[in-house]
Amino acid sequence: MILDSKIPEGPLADKWENHRFSSKLVNPANKRKFKIIVVGSGLAGGSAAATLGELGYNVDCFCYQDTPRRAHSIAAQGGINGAKNYQNDGDSIHRLFYDTIKGGDFRSREANVHRLAQNSVNIIDQCVAQGVPFAREYGGLLANRSFGGAQVSRTFYARGQTGQQLLLGAYSALSRQIATGQVKMHVRQEMLDLIVVDGHAKGIITRNLATGEMKVWTADAVLLCTGGYGNVYYLSTNAIGCNVTANFRAYRRGAGFANPCFTQIHPTCIPVAGDHQSKLTLMSESLRNDGRVWVPKNAEDAGKAPSEIPEDARDYYLERKYPSFGNLAPRDISSRSAKEACDEGRGVGPGGRGVYLDFEDSINRLGENVISERYGNLFEMYERITGENAYQRPMRIYPAIHYTMGGLWVDYNLMSTIPGCFVLGEANFSDHGANRLGASALMQGLSDGYFVLPYTIGNYLTTISPGGIDPEGAAALETLESVKERVGQMVSAKGKRSSRSYHKELGNIMWEYAGMARNEKGLNKAIGEIQDLRDDFNKNLLVTGHGEELNMELERSGRVRDFLDFGELLCRDALTRNESCGGHFREEYQTADGEATRNDEDFSHAAVWEYKGDGETPARHEEDLEFENVKLAVRSYK
Amino acid sequence: MKLFLKVWKQEGPEDEGHFESHVLDGVSEDSSFLEMLDQLNEQLLEEGKEPIAFDHDCREGICGTCSLNINGYAHGPENSTTTCQLHMRKFEDGDSITVEPFRAKAFPVVKDLVVNRSAFDKIIQAGGFITVRTGSAPDGNALPVPKEDADLAMDAAQCIGCGACVASCKNASAMLFTSAKAGHLNMLPQGQAEKDSRVLNMVAAMDEAGFGNCRNYGECSAACPKDISLDYIAKLNRDYAKAKIKKVFS
Repeated sequence: MILDSKIPEGPLADKWENHRFSSKLVNPANKRKFKIIVVGSGLAGGSAAATLGELGYNVDCFCYQDTPRRAHSIAAQGGINGAKNYQNDGDSIHRLFYDTIKGGDFRSREANVHRLAQNSVNIIDQCVAQGVPFAREYGGLLANRSFGGAQVSRTFYARGQTGQQLLLGAYSALSRQIATGQVKMHVRQEMLDLIVVDGHAKGIITRNLATGEMKVWTADAVLLCTGGYGNVYYLSTNAIGCNVTANFRAYRRGAGFANPCFTQIHPTCIPVAGDHQSKLTLMSESLRNDGRVWVPKNAEDAGKAPSEIPEDARDYYLERKYPSFGNLAPRDISSRSAKEACDEGRGVGPGGRGVYLDFEDSINRLGENVISERYGNLFEMYERITGENAYQRPMRIYPAIHYTMGGLWVDYNLMSTIPGCFVLGEANFSDHGANRLGASALMQGLSDGYFVLPYTIGNYLTTISPGGIDPEGAAALETLESVKERVGQMVSAKGKRSSRSYHKELGNIMWEYAGMARNEKGLNKAIGEIQDLRDDFNKNLLVTGHGEELNMELERSGRVRDFLDFGELLCRDALTRNESCGGHFREEYQTADGEATRNDEDFSHAAVWEYKGDGETPARHEEDLEFENVKLAVRSYK
Repeated sequence: MKLFLKVWKQEGPEDEGHFESHVLDGVSEDSSFLEMLDQLNEQLLEEGKEPIAFDHDCREGICGTCSLNINGYAHGPENSTTTCQLHMRKFEDGDSITVEPFRAKAFPVVKDLVVNRSAFDKIIQAGGFITVRTGSAPDGNALPVPKEDADLAMDAAQCIGCGACVASCKNASAMLFTSAKAGHLNMLPQGQAEKDSRVLNMVAAMDEAGFGNCRNYGECSAACPKDISLDYIAKLNRDYAKAKIKKVFS
């Protein structure tokens, strides 16, 4: 597997400009001869499909939802970063770049991250022009808030629904292209395989979720904008339908999978209430601007009502341990601190797995109306789920799987190791290293879709001739048959266990051994248990009905089947990365006071996995990361 | 909790459909309505029966995928709440609950509780956008927007496109949805250039999709999980009248 990152020459700040100039252009008359498939309609997919349509390419866009407007980007709450320096507080493109590199614990590419910071300012302009109703100050100008891991206010927001508003902006641009016929939208279609001919991506196989029909779609390039794999843990903040299938199928066809063990645990989620739970709900990190995190100092107080615990018996542990960032310490650090407090028996709520996020001081300082204006919808959501009023008693929060930094490996052009197969947004690995900062996911999805891929795709398209492959040809039909066989096996297994029960069991294994803290023994145990579970799945799965109809059991079974393989890959990656960095915390590698110990000597690289066949151990490759503009430092937020 | 459920079952768009009764025991009051249906589906699987198909995705009240008429109310009896955010503590042990799909001519049933709401996409495609090519935007602060206007636009833009407004209207009118979508853009300075054509085209697409007419019953706003106000319908009517008159005299 060749990992050529294709990072352009020149000083960091000029790389993207140089690359845009040296990138090949497709002339307008030729653009309409090229057909491009976009899988996924979230911020990355929606913005890419709309922009490629505007440029004159023929685009087929697919989503598993019933409309492109429902992709899970919609659930992002807090905001989007933009290095506008509207607050005059010392922000700059270079500072956003530096914060993101540092926040990622020095495990991302300098050139990619700098490009992201550069594009951040264009994204804000673009979204405002589309009519995204960002929060405003009384003078009519855009408002900002601060976010974890940064000491400047550079986050733009639309109440607690920033993702929704940005997605609706991209969806409106996409809808305009659908109306002109430049983009053809295919809803309730799930990609089940990638068609690769002579090493190049030439199309996909989909299953129509409403009718069960399986179909070949051909194109000159395929864009995977298919999101993250957090649902491998069963309980996560992802939507129920989020899955790794598209990415994993591409991996099986030859795309390298980078850093699968870099998973982000978000510190502020509503704790698990019981066995019935199907998902976890995030409470935006922006709450930490005005909320103070604490647990009782003494484990004996953990069962008491919060109002009965006096001020001097409370441990505001983030403020104590990280005085300069306090409650705004980055996500990985905040999550781990919460786990430590609960492991010490000081956790609150059911099962002792929760910490308080307390707004009393802010309400006293600013008034309830100000807090309500800032976070009203979050407080309501909290009350609906828990039945508790957070204006009167502190919220209970606990970390949960939220985002996955790992993903398919891509070069600077966002192309995977399969020529013609591009990967955008959360689905790729490129920009967040080992830990993503808040309000950066929306930025990356839109940067990739609006401002990167539309330029870089020309570098590939100018090397091939348009026209794609014959949809009735051998390669396409072979792939189609293999998908039909796979789906057929699941329908005909006729065992005794539901796909949900397997998914739950897998999730328990993952959370226990590959969650917030990992160690060698546990990871080895997890790999064995996952293999056993997979064997049982193959023999004992129960799917009712048949494949030629709307069959939600079958949909879930296919996704769980790929998660079973993928979970093992994630554990393998965690096992071979002998260091602690960002979201990946290996218990063997920590300081005496429990801080992560990074190993730059041996692990300053992206680990990229190559599929070698079923039952074979995948091959591990490395892309070395070079830091010419930042000094690798211990990531301190103290 | 023990519940007596009457749930709509329909094989496909052509099938007539019917209710089926189920008894479900051991439901936690902390579970959401959809988690209760998950539990029912697991029970059906164990009995070798086919589970009930229903739409859902984010389960945090923002994607707008979940639907369901619960005891005759779109998204159930609790105000300002989607089905996924409705929790079983709002029901009593021993309750009988009737679950149906959203019903409207423009939302045909796909299977069981799943309906096709793509008519909403058609309305947006007709004009629910501001025409701005990627890369052609001025600086974000070039055009100040009064905070009050931005807030009102945001109130409308919160619409999640679930279709509860249509399902709860006896005429199955889509006026609340259309007015929220048009209102959001028409209220902002960026949206002025296309205001008239937007309103005319979106209303035409709405009529063509088979939605009924608005008679100001107000059920839509009462059922809306995001509390979209009827004021937006008034605004749409005003904008439509203005656009129509301008067209006649132009």
